Amino acid sequence: MSTPEQQISEAIQGAIADNEVILFMKGTPEAPRCGFSARSVAALEALGAPFAAVDVLPDPRIRQELSALSNWPTIPQLFVHGDLVGGCDIITEMYESGELAQTIGVEAPGDAPEQAPIAAEPGAPPLTIENNLHRS
Amino acid sequence: MPTTDDLKQRIETSIPGARADVVDLNGGGDHFRATVTAPAFAGLSRIEQHRRVYAVFGPDIGGPIHALSLVTRSEA
Repeated sequence: MSTPEQQISEAIQGAIADNEVILFMKGTPEAPRCGFSARSVAALEALGAPFAAVDVLPDPRIRQELSALSNWPTIPQLFVHGDLVGGCDIITEMYESGELAQTIGVEAPGDAPEQAPIAAEPGAPPLTIENNLHRS
Repeated sequence: MPTTDDLKQRIETSIPGARADVVDLNGGGDHFRATVTAPAFAGLSRIEQHRRVYAVFGPDIGGPIHALSLVTRSEA
C-alpha cells in the first residue's frame, strides 16, 4: 500500500508525462493567487501556447512532493516535454529572448509583446487539468 | 527577518567568487531579488545556476524568505 505522499508524487509524475506543457502554480490561470504565477500564465498566454495547470495550494503535500521530484524549491514550475524549464524568472527571461516559444515549439504571435506581460489576460486557458491530487 | 545584506553575504560566502546584488522587493523582508555573478556558473544551465543559489538558503526558501527572484550570470 503506497502512502498518500507516494500517490501524490505518482499523480504529479503522471501529469508531467501526460501534458507537453504543464505549469504548477498558486491558484488557477483564471485566478492566480501569486504574482509570479500570474506572470508565468501571462507569458504562456501571450505565446498562445496551450498548457495544463495544477494548483498546488489545496494540499501542501503537492508542493512538497513536486519540489522533491524537481529539485526546485519555489512555485511556479514549468515543465515542457517532461523537463523542468524553470520558475517565473527563467520563464520571463526565455519569453523575452524567444527561447520559450522555441522550447514549447510554438510561433510567437505577431502581436506578442516584447517584454513579458505583467498580468494575465482575462479568458480561460485552452486546458486546465482537474486537480484531484489532494483526494488521496 | 533576513536583510538584503544577510542574503548578499550568504550567497557570496557560499559560492566561490560570487558577487551578489540583493534588493528587497516590497520592503517587507521576505520578497527579494538577487542578481548573482559568479565564475562558478560557467558551463551550467540557467536552471543549475538558480539551483546553486537556492541551495545556499535550503529550507529558508519558502520559510522566512518567501520569494527570491534570481538573475544569474557567469561573468560581469
